[in-house]
Amino acid sequence: MPSWLTDFPQLDRATLVDLRRGLDQAYRGFSREFGAEIEAFFDPLLFFLVWFERLLINAPWWVVIIGVCALVWALTRSWKLIIGVVIAFLLIGFFGMWKDTMSTMAIITVCTLVSIVLGVPIGILMARSNRVQMVVMPILDVMQTMPAFVYLIPVVMLLGIGKVPGVIAVVIYAIPPVIRLTNLGIRLVDREVLEAADAFGASPWQRLVRVQVPLAMPTIMAGVNQTIMMALAMVVIAAMIGVKGLGQPVLQSITNQYFTQGLLNGLAIVALAIVFDRVSQAYGKRMQKHHGGTVHG
Amino acid sequence: MADLKIRIEGLYKIFGPNPGAAIELVRDGVSKQEMLDAHDHVVGLKDINLDMTDQSIQVVMGLSGSGKSTLIRHINRLIEPTAGRVQVDGRDVIEMSKDELRDFRRHRASMVFQRFALMPHRTVAQNVAFGLNIQGLERGEVDARVTRWIERIGLGGYEAHYPGHLSGGMQQRVGIGRALATDADILLMDEAFSALDPLIRYDMQSALLDLQSELKKTIVFITHDLDEALRIGDSIAILRDGEMVQQGDPQSIVLNPADDYVADFVKDINRSKVIKVATIMRPPANDTEGPTVDGEMLLEDVARIMTGEGAGWARVVGGSGEVVGRVSTADVMGSMVRQANDDDTVQAAQ
Repeated sequence: MPSWLTDFPQLDRATLVDLRRGLDQAYRGFSREFGAEIEAFFDPLLFFLVWFERLLINAPWWVVIIGVCALVWALTRSWKLIIGVVIAFLLIGFFGMWKDTMSTMAIITVCTLVSIVLGVPIGILMARSNRVQMVVMPILDVMQTMPAFVYLIPVVMLLGIGKVPGVIAVVIYAIPPVIRLTNLGIRLVDREVLEAADAFGASPWQRLVRVQVPLAMPTIMAGVNQTIMMALAMVVIAAMIGVKGLGQPVLQSITNQYFTQGLLNGLAIVALAIVFDRVSQAYGKRMQKHHGGTVHG
Repeated sequence: MADLKIRIEGLYKIFGPNPGAAIELVRDGVSKQEMLDAHDHVVGLKDINLDMTDQSIQVVMGLSGSGKSTLIRHINRLIEPTAGRVQVDGRDVIEMSKDELRDFRRHRASMVFQRFALMPHRTVAQNVAFGLNIQGLERGEVDARVTRWIERIGLGGYEAHYPGHLSGGMQQRVGIGRALATDADILLMDEAFSALDPLIRYDMQSALLDLQSELKKTIVFITHDLDEALRIGDSIAILRDGEMVQQGDPQSIVLNPADDYVADFVKDINRSKVIKVATIMRPPANDTEGPTVDGEMLLEDVARIMTGEGAGWARVVGGSGEVVGRVSTADVMGSMVRQANDDDTVQAAQ
């Protein structure tokens, strides 16, 4: 019996080692060559993130709570939510997690903003062209299923440990829903309404900003909501590459078996998640209220 | 005779993988059914020729699948023809560049849709303003015009409502307001009232005729309802399976249906609301006693006058008041029921 029937005809060990070493070295060379430029490219993002984090940490706690409540009111007009927010933040502060929570809020906010700024235009492009959709869809699938640790490696090799690689890792993990649902929302816009826009001589841009995006907004908001939830889920993994916040005490608890510390910080993440979730959902629903049911009568 | 506004010439629309080749077959006389079965192409419109008069209402009528909605979409080129020309004021819409076409749609031809196609995220006022926003008018001008049109279409007080909260009739008023606000001289109405209840539909027809008497637009009105066509049309074109079967004024269609298809349509029509007395009058006689009626009057109105006065005869006068003929009560009654005879015997036999 030929050997390839009994043993899988695989690459021999030496070739595999060469392949790995070759690719690794090429990438290392690339990061040595361009690492500084790429880091410089992300400087504005880093600057904004640091500024925002300091702002949240340095402001007196009651100012932050009032600020958050004002934002929640502007977005949702719901007293119930505001009471919930106040209770959640008071408890977090009472159990000594205020500073870490502010750091986490800062990074989640920045990651969500980056995801929206990048994700919505990509989603719009996908909705406009089936070819773009065909290319982007599998990439999104990979981004959502590839274990986060795998793409942490090249990011850390390129940019080292710190906030920016943390943001990149979180965005890679969290951006797919906002892209997918922007695409879906725009594709679901009623064809008759689009025909009406055409019949009145709307340009492609007018059609997009006056009809498609406003009508897709509830769906896009559902995507933003999912993105925020996924970003929060990445807090602990991001902590492994040096992102400050609620993730770090959790990591510490794992190595030292501090059950209570882990639980409390975990609950703080849950509380943040619930606040973000309810606020973004209530905002999405409030926009839908304008629709007031179907157009047919 | 008023001026020519829209001229459609030799218009073909064929749906399928290779319309360019398929059109030759259609021109060679291959039937619609054969095109579908053997060649995998759908004949949407076949050699349509239609002239529409300025400031009048042209109705295009047909059952579903007759191609009437496809036809109206060629006038503002929402659908590209396979062959043919669509001229508006002598300018071929099919030849227009993208920018020219956009400009044409913004300023010259606006549209009203069967299922309203309002923007659900915009209020009534914002919907009426839609075409004006697209035109790029400044806010003050937009607000002024919107206020005026909302008043005109009878929706004062509903400015801030969303379409989803309004009844069908009110939604279509918004649709009409949106179309009229752009000041386009051509109004395309694609089964605009078909989704409405009969009573509302009647009201909307009256409202449209009322608006038209003042605005004098060129209106192309698509419908599958002959009563509606006869009521509002100055001229009617009947489509069947993508082909033009007959065109003419309402009276000529009722009196002289071109084929069985049209005859079938008109057989249950209330003829007294369509036929004018001048069509059935006899030559004048000097000794005619009785009321004087205008030649343009419908039989229904003439019958009402004559029975009201108990007169056996009426004198028919022309536009300048001269006597041009006479009719008897029997003439009027006879013309109203002329075709009903065969139907009555059929019904009686059942």
